[in-house]
Amino acid sequence: MSNVLIVGELKNGELKKISKEITSAGRKIADALGGKVTALLIGSGVEKFAGDLGAVGADSIVTVNAGDFNAETWANLVAGVIKDKNPSVVLVPHTSQGKDYSPRVAVKVGAGIIADAVGLSVDGGKVVAKKPIYSGKAYGNFKVTSPIAIFTVRPNSQEVVQKAGAGAAEAASPSAGDAKVKIVSSDLSGGNKVQLAEASIIVSGGRGIKGPENWPVIQGLADVLGAALGASRAAVDAGWISHSHQVGQTGKTVSPNCYIACGISGAIQHLAGMGSSKYIVAINKDGDAPIFKVATYGVVGDLFEVVPALTDEFKKVLG
Amino acid sequence: MKIIVLVKQVPDTETNIKVGDKSINEAGIKWIISPYDEFAIEEGLRLREKNGGEVIAVSLGPDRVQESLRQAYAMGADRAVQIKVDNYVPFDTVLTAELIANFAKAENADIIIGGRQSIDSDSSQVVIQVAEGLGIAHISFAVSLEISGTSVKATKEVEGGTQVVETSLPVAITAQKGLNEPRYPNLKGLMAAKKKPIETKTPADLGNPASKIEVVGLEPPPPRIPGRKLEAADAKGYAEQLVKALREEAKVI
Repeated sequence: MSNVLIVGELKNGELKKISKEITSAGRKIADALGGKVTALLIGSGVEKFAGDLGAVGADSIVTVNAGDFNAETWANLVAGVIKDKNPSVVLVPHTSQGKDYSPRVAVKVGAGIIADAVGLSVDGGKVVAKKPIYSGKAYGNFKVTSPIAIFTVRPNSQEVVQKAGAGAAEAASPSAGDAKVKIVSSDLSGGNKVQLAEASIIVSGGRGIKGPENWPVIQGLADVLGAALGASRAAVDAGWISHSHQVGQTGKTVSPNCYIACGISGAIQHLAGMGSSKYIVAINKDGDAPIFKVATYGVVGDLFEVVPALTDEFKKVLG
Repeated sequence: MKIIVLVKQVPDTETNIKVGDKSINEAGIKWIISPYDEFAIEEGLRLREKNGGEVIAVSLGPDRVQESLRQAYAMGADRAVQIKVDNYVPFDTVLTAELIANFAKAENADIIIGGRQSIDSDSSQVVIQVAEGLGIAHISFAVSLEISGTSVKATKEVEGGTQVVETSLPVAITAQKGLNEPRYPNLKGLMAAKKKPIETKTPADLGNPASKIEVVGLEPPPPRIPGRKLEAADAKGYAEQLVKALREEAKVI
């Protein structure tokens, strides 16, 4: 028996899409290995999501009542459930939270870990994880040889598939332990309305937007599409927008279904962060800009004319 | 204050990568210090300048990593240590972390600092695994750091914003862009760095941990959906075509 444990994630008390993505991915693995899928949710009032995860393949849901996220206590809770349930495969979101606690979990349970997987398949009774490496210039396939294998999974990389599991909820209360790091205060006002690293559509601006006063042009399109607002390093380094919006090598790695690059030339460091986007739209005055080499749809034109026209057109069709 | 900075050598982003069966073809690769580790080195030097102590730069890998260690020397590190692993697999984070944790334990380090991720594997694992191995606190994605005595105060990037956190030494930190502006080594520093000793440790010196991963194989990236430049008379024409393409052809909006 090779059972799978997925660790879900919440945002403001709501289930994140990545939780369903990894539940579906876990279902596929468990079906191939002949095992069960258990979904773990940590937080308060998380029982109500049992049905949502059951519908996409979870056989059972383990809920742990806990307060705000702290990497150390979360690592103890997750490791506690792993020790109790003894899964052979554990899937964790490759999100800022997942990156914060998963390293500790791996060491606590003596597991090998492959981070930032975008593909998961089964070969010879073991999961093979595929991940982009060397800034997306190669892909690697890896197996974990320890009895427990942990994979952190990139958001938007796995399909959500409706497939009913039992979804029976059970509460657990592993020891959270004490955290050595205390959270003094949080300021969550500077971020995106839509989370960049997990967004399915991103509209990004670069040097071509000419100045910070022109973000409304880009934000207008993002708002119509329910997209996250991104930026190139040039725009961030010029002080036009905060670093939390930066896409690229020294910013965030993103894999949206659709990436709309406005006035971005496409330096290799930018491509490293967004090159795995499924569809790329480039709007740029310079027809020789490197961004056109990766763009699915290229518009050689002035973003200050094309982007507002695009916003209007989407408003029309999306009502 | 004893500060260990983790220096990973990676191919320069602009380098062309040729994929071999289980590793890349290293011929012709230009190697650099992973950009986030430069923030870590800089922070280590600033902490030493303020609090005293020493900065030990540590790099894992074959002898080519000595070049990165010499650069850390040129920036101002006090000691440089190569953990000599000839067939180094840059994705084996648990093994890497165990070697570094065993080294840090022997040195009785107060602070371990590395980049938030390396740009060859993007795993964001090693520094926090070292913290767990040593049973010490960690602060990830640090964008500011103040240490006085044994108390540590930092601002870290979290989803949607930042958090102020507090802990006490010893601590492991991952450096995020914004933490500082790394200094350039000057010519004098570069010349002096050539003569400085590089200590070497072998896996046998550090507990000989076992690998927990197997490289099945590397491959080139999947082909992209072929692209095309749209043709239209004006902005409205482009907009209409784009909306049609994204909704009917790509079906992503």
